[in-house]
Amino acid sequence: MKLDDLKQGDVIPELKVTPDKYLPHRYAGASGDFNPIHIDPEFAKAVGLPGNILHGLWMMAQVARGAAQLADGDPRALRRLSVQFRGMGFPEQELVVSGTVKAARDGRVVIDMVGAQGDNRVIRNAAAELSLS
Amino acid sequence: MPVKTDAVGKQWPATAYEVGAEKIREFADAIGADSPLHRDRDAAKAAGFRDLVAPPMFCVVYSARAMGPAILDPEVGIDLVAMLHGSQEFEWDEPVCDGDVIETTATCKEIYERDGKGFYVFESVSTNRDGRRTVKGTWTNIVRGVS
Repeated sequence: MKLDDLKQGDVIPELKVTPDKYLPHRYAGASGDFNPIHIDPEFAKAVGLPGNILHGLWMMAQVARGAAQLADGDPRALRRLSVQFRGMGFPEQELVVSGTVKAARDGRVVIDMVGAQGDNRVIRNAAAELSLS
Repeated sequence: MPVKTDAVGKQWPATAYEVGAEKIREFADAIGADSPLHRDRDAAKAAGFRDLVAPPMFCVVYSARAMGPAILDPEVGIDLVAMLHGSQEFEWDEPVCDGDVIETTATCKEIYERDGKGFYVFESVSTNRDGRRTVKGTWTNIVRGVS
Protein backbone atom coordinates (compact mmCIF):
# COMPACT_ATOMS: atom_id res chain seq x y z
CA MET A 1 0.00 0.00 0.00
CA LYS A 2 1.73 3.14 -1.21
CA LEU A 3 1.27 6.49 0.49
CA ASP A 4 0.54 8.24 -2.81
CA ASP A 5 -2.24 5.81 -3.67
CA LEU A 6 -4.16 6.21 -0.44
CA LYS A 7 -7.70 7.54 -0.58
CA GLN A 8 -10.37 8.37 1.92
CA GLY A 9 -11.80 5.26 3.57
CA ASP A 10 -8.75 3.05 2.98
CA VAL A 11 -7.86 0.85 5.93
CA ILE A 12 -4.11 0.90 6.58
CA PRO A 13 -2.16 -2.25 7.55
CA GLU A 14 -2.26 -2.95 11.27
CA LEU A 15 0.90 -2.72 13.34
CA LYS A 16 1.12 -5.31 16.11
CA VAL A 17 3.67 -5.25 18.92
CA THR A 18 3.89 -7.09 22.21
CA PRO A 19 6.09 -5.24 24.71
CA ASP A 20 8.09 -7.73 26.77
CA LYS A 21 8.28 -7.60 30.56
CA TYR A 22 11.37 -5.36 30.59
CA LEU A 23 10.44 -3.07 27.72
CA PRO A 24 9.27 -0.38 30.19
CA HIS A 25 12.73 -0.41 31.78
CA ARG A 26 14.46 0.02 28.43
CA TYR A 27 12.05 2.78 27.43
CA ALA A 28 12.56 4.48 30.81
CA GLY A 29 16.29 4.49 30.19
CA ALA A 30 15.93 5.70 26.62
CA SER A 31 13.42 8.44 27.39
CA GLY A 32 14.42 9.50 30.89
CA ASP A 33 10.94 8.80 32.29
CA PHE A 34 11.54 6.74 35.40
CA ASN A 35 8.08 7.23 36.93
CA PRO A 36 7.82 4.09 39.10
CA ILE A 37 4.27 3.34 37.95
CA HIS A 38 5.87 2.12 34.72
CA ILE A 39 8.72 0.04 36.13
CA ASP A 40 7.83 -1.04 39.67
CA PRO A 41 4.85 -3.41 40.01
CA GLU A 42 4.75 -3.01 43.80
CA PHE A 43 4.69 0.76 43.60
CA ALA A 44 2.01 0.61 40.93
CA LYS A 45 -0.17 -1.62 43.09
CA ALA A 46 0.40 0.60 46.12
CA VAL A 47 -1.12 3.51 44.17
CA GLY A 48 -4.09 1.45 43.04
CA LEU A 49 -2.98 0.12 39.67
CA PRO A 50 -3.19 -3.59 38.76
CA GLY A 51 0.54 -3.63 37.99
CA ASN A 52 3.11 -1.49 36.24
CA ILE A 53 1.60 0.22 33.19
CA LEU A 54 3.11 1.14 29.85
CA HIS A 55 4.41 4.65 29.20
CA GLY A 56 1.76 6.55 27.24
CA LEU A 57 4.43 8.07 25.01
CA TRP A 58 5.78 4.61 24.19
CA MET A 59 2.28 3.63 23.02
CA MET A 60 2.08 6.90 21.08
CA ALA A 61 5.37 5.96 19.41
CA GLN A 62 3.72 2.73 18.22
CA VAL A 63 0.93 4.76 16.64
CA ALA A 64 3.61 6.92 15.01
CA ARG A 65 5.24 3.77 13.62
CA GLY A 66 1.89 2.51 12.39
CA ALA A 67 1.49 5.67 10.34
CA ALA A 68 5.12 5.98 9.27
CA GLN A 69 5.23 2.42 7.91
CA LEU A 70 3.18 3.76 5.00
CA ALA A 71 6.27 5.78 4.07
CA ASP A 72 8.70 2.92 4.81
CA GLY A 73 9.64 4.54 8.10
CA ASP A 74 10.95 7.75 6.52
CA PRO A 75 11.24 10.16 9.48
CA ARG A 76 10.35 13.11 7.24
CA ALA A 77 6.90 11.77 6.37
CA LEU A 78 5.10 12.15 9.70
CA ARG A 79 4.17 15.82 10.13
CA ARG A 80 1.70 15.69 12.96
CA LEU A 81 0.28 13.22 15.44
CA SER A 82 -2.31 13.85 18.12
CA VAL A 83 -3.56 11.21 20.56
CA GLN A 84 -5.75 10.83 23.60
CA PHE A 85 -4.71 8.43 26.33
CA ARG A 86 -7.40 6.41 28.08
CA GLY A 87 -7.15 3.50 30.44
CA MET A 88 -3.99 1.55 31.02
CA GLY A 89 -1.65 -0.42 28.79
CA PHE A 90 0.27 -3.43 30.12
CA PRO A 91 3.48 -5.21 29.22
CA GLU A 92 3.23 -8.73 27.77
CA GLN A 93 -0.07 -7.95 26.03
CA GLU A 94 -0.31 -7.35 22.31
CA LEU A 95 -0.93 -3.76 21.21
CA VAL A 96 -2.67 -3.40 17.85
CA VAL A 97 -2.44 -0.08 16.02
CA SER A 98 -5.01 0.41 13.28
CA GLY A 99 -6.19 3.25 11.12
CA THR A 100 -8.48 4.47 8.38
CA VAL A 101 -7.67 7.24 5.93
CA LYS A 102 -9.77 10.29 6.73
CA ALA A 103 -8.55 12.50 3.90
CA ALA A 104 -5.98 12.39 1.14
CA ARG A 105 -5.43 15.64 -0.74
CA ASP A 106 -2.97 18.44 -1.44
CA GLY A 107 0.02 16.23 -0.76
CA ARG A 108 -1.14 15.24 2.73
CA VAL A 109 -2.81 12.14 4.12
CA VAL A 110 -4.75 12.30 7.38
CA ILE A 111 -5.40 9.01 9.14
CA ASP A 112 -7.74 8.32 12.05
CA MET A 113 -5.97 5.86 14.32
CA VAL A 114 -6.51 3.73 17.42
CA GLY A 115 -4.23 1.68 19.66
CA ALA A 116 -5.83 -1.21 21.53
CA GLN A 117 -4.93 -4.15 23.71
CA GLY A 118 -7.83 -6.52 23.17
CA ASP A 119 -10.96 -4.44 23.69
CA ASN A 120 -9.06 -1.86 25.70
CA ARG A 121 -8.53 1.21 23.53
CA VAL A 122 -5.57 2.81 25.24
CA ILE A 123 -4.97 5.34 22.46
CA ARG A 124 -8.13 6.94 21.10
CA ASN A 125 -9.12 9.70 18.74
CA ALA A 126 -5.66 9.70 17.24
CA ALA A 127 -4.97 11.58 14.04
CA ALA A 128 -1.77 11.22 12.04
CA GLU A 129 -0.81 13.50 9.19
CA LEU A 130 1.73 12.36 6.60
CA SER A 131 3.16 14.35 3.74
CA LEU A 132 3.88 12.84 0.38
CA SER A 133 7.01 14.75 -0.60
CA MET B 1 -11.18 24.17 45.80
CA PRO B 2 -11.16 25.55 42.27
CA VAL B 3 -8.11 24.98 40.16
CA LYS B 4 -5.34 27.61 40.39
CA THR B 5 -4.81 29.42 37.09
CA ASP B 6 -2.05 31.89 38.05
CA ALA B 7 0.53 30.16 35.89
CA VAL B 8 -1.30 30.56 32.59
CA GLY B 9 1.05 32.35 30.21
CA LYS B 10 4.15 31.53 32.26
CA GLN B 11 7.18 30.56 30.23
CA TRP B 12 10.17 28.69 31.64
CA PRO B 13 13.83 29.23 30.65
CA ALA B 14 14.99 27.40 27.52
CA THR B 15 16.94 24.17 27.98
CA ALA B 16 19.50 22.72 25.56
CA TYR B 17 19.92 19.06 24.63
CA GLU B 18 22.90 17.60 22.72
CA VAL B 19 21.71 14.88 20.36
CA GLY B 20 24.02 11.85 20.12
CA ALA B 21 24.11 8.79 17.89
CA GLU B 22 24.05 6.21 20.67
CA LYS B 23 21.00 7.81 22.28
CA ILE B 24 19.23 7.85 18.91
CA ARG B 25 20.00 4.13 18.49
CA GLU B 26 18.91 3.35 22.06
CA PHE B 27 15.63 5.21 21.62
CA ALA B 28 14.95 3.65 18.21
CA ASP B 29 15.48 0.21 19.77
CA ALA B 30 13.18 0.98 22.69
CA ILE B 31 10.30 2.00 20.44
CA GLY B 32 10.96 -0.63 17.78
CA ALA B 33 11.79 1.83 14.99
CA ASP B 34 13.97 -0.50 12.96
CA SER B 35 14.86 1.70 9.98
CA PRO B 36 18.61 1.72 9.22
CA LEU B 37 18.35 5.53 9.04
CA HIS B 38 18.41 5.56 12.86
CA ARG B 39 21.38 3.19 13.15
CA ASP B 40 23.65 3.47 10.11
CA ARG B 41 25.26 6.83 9.42
CA ASP B 42 25.99 5.97 5.78
CA ALA B 43 22.40 4.93 5.16
CA ALA B 44 21.12 8.18 6.67
CA LYS B 45 23.47 10.29 4.54
CA ALA B 46 22.59 8.32 1.42
CA ALA B 47 18.94 9.16 2.12
CA GLY B 48 19.75 12.87 2.24
CA PHE B 49 20.11 13.50 5.97
CA ARG B 50 23.18 15.35 7.22
CA ASP B 51 23.87 12.52 9.68
CA LEU B 52 22.24 9.68 11.60
CA VAL B 53 18.58 10.76 12.05
CA ALA B 54 16.26 10.34 15.03
CA PRO B 55 12.71 8.95 14.83
CA PRO B 56 10.12 11.76 15.16
CA MET B 57 9.08 10.65 18.67
CA PHE B 58 12.66 11.26 19.86
CA CYS B 59 11.30 14.73 20.56
CA VAL B 60 10.11 13.43 23.94
CA VAL B 61 13.75 12.90 24.90
CA TYR B 62 15.01 16.38 24.11
CA SER B 63 11.82 18.13 25.29
CA ALA B 64 11.76 16.38 28.66
CA ARG B 65 14.19 18.67 30.42
CA ALA B 66 12.11 21.70 29.44
CA MET B 67 8.80 20.11 30.45
CA GLY B 68 9.97 18.83 33.85
CA PRO B 69 10.33 22.23 35.55
CA ALA B 70 6.99 23.35 34.14
CA ILE B 71 5.04 20.36 35.41
CA LEU B 72 6.79 20.47 38.80
CA ASP B 73 6.44 24.22 39.29
CA PRO B 74 4.53 24.92 42.53
CA GLU B 75 3.06 27.98 40.89
CA VAL B 76 1.31 25.64 38.45
CA GLY B 77 0.25 23.50 41.38
CA ILE B 78 -0.15 20.05 39.85
CA ASP B 79 -0.69 17.24 42.35
CA LEU B 80 1.67 14.74 40.75
CA VAL B 81 0.17 11.70 42.47
CA ALA B 82 -3.24 12.49 40.94
CA MET B 83 -1.88 13.46 37.49
CA LEU B 84 -2.51 11.51 34.33
CA HIS B 85 -1.27 12.20 30.84
CA GLY B 86 -4.52 13.03 29.05
CA SER B 87 -3.53 13.81 25.51
CA GLN B 88 -0.54 14.72 23.41
CA GLU B 89 0.13 16.35 20.09
CA PHE B 90 3.32 16.91 18.12
CA GLU B 91 3.84 18.86 14.90
CA TRP B 92 7.18 18.09 13.31
CA ASP B 93 9.33 20.27 11.06
CA GLU B 94 13.10 19.78 10.71
CA PRO B 95 14.43 16.26 11.28
CA VAL B 96 16.84 15.89 14.20
CA CYS B 97 20.27 14.35 13.65
CA ASP B 98 23.37 13.28 15.57
CA GLY B 99 25.32 16.40 16.53
CA ASP B 100 22.31 18.71 16.71
CA VAL B 101 21.80 20.88 19.76
CA ILE B 102 18.11 21.36 20.37
CA GLU B 103 16.75 24.19 22.49
CA THR B 104 13.27 23.79 23.97
CA THR B 105 11.04 26.33 25.67
CA ALA B 106 7.90 25.40 27.61
CA THR B 107 4.88 27.64 28.17
CA CYS B 108 1.71 27.07 30.15
CA LYS B 109 -1.11 27.72 27.66
CA GLU B 110 -4.28 26.87 29.55
CA ILE B 111 -5.53 25.68 32.90
CA TYR B 112 -9.21 24.84 33.32
CA GLU B 113 -11.59 22.64 35.23
CA ARG B 114 -14.12 20.17 33.86
CA ASP B 115 -16.12 17.49 35.71
CA GLY B 116 -14.11 18.03 38.87
CA LYS B 117 -10.81 17.49 37.06
CA GLY B 118 -8.07 20.03 36.39
CA PHE B 119 -6.69 20.27 32.84
CA TYR B 120 -3.17 21.66 32.39
CA VAL B 121 -2.07 22.39 28.84
CA PHE B 122 1.57 23.13 28.07
CA GLU B 123 3.22 23.96 24.79
CA SER B 124 6.85 23.18 23.99
CA VAL B 125 8.70 24.64 21.02
CA SER B 126 12.06 23.19 20.00
CA THR B 127 14.58 24.67 17.59
CA ASN B 128 17.99 23.63 16.31
CA ARG B 129 21.08 25.82 16.23
CA ASP B 130 20.14 27.08 12.77
CA GLY B 131 17.04 28.53 14.39
CA ARG B 132 14.74 26.09 12.60
CA ARG B 133 11.90 24.54 14.47
CA THR B 134 12.12 20.79 14.97
CA VAL B 135 8.85 20.21 16.82
CA LYS B 136 5.98 21.89 18.60
CA GLY B 137 4.39 19.84 21.34
CA THR B 138 1.06 20.29 23.11
CA TRP B 139 1.01 18.37 26.40
CA THR B 140 -2.28 17.95 28.28
CA ASN B 141 -2.19 16.61 31.81
CA ILE B 142 -5.29 15.85 33.84
CA VAL B 143 -5.44 16.00 37.62
CA ARG B 144 -8.29 14.15 39.27
CA GLY B 145 -10.25 15.54 42.19
CA VAL B 146 -9.36 19.23 42.05
CA SER B 147 -12.67 20.36 43.47
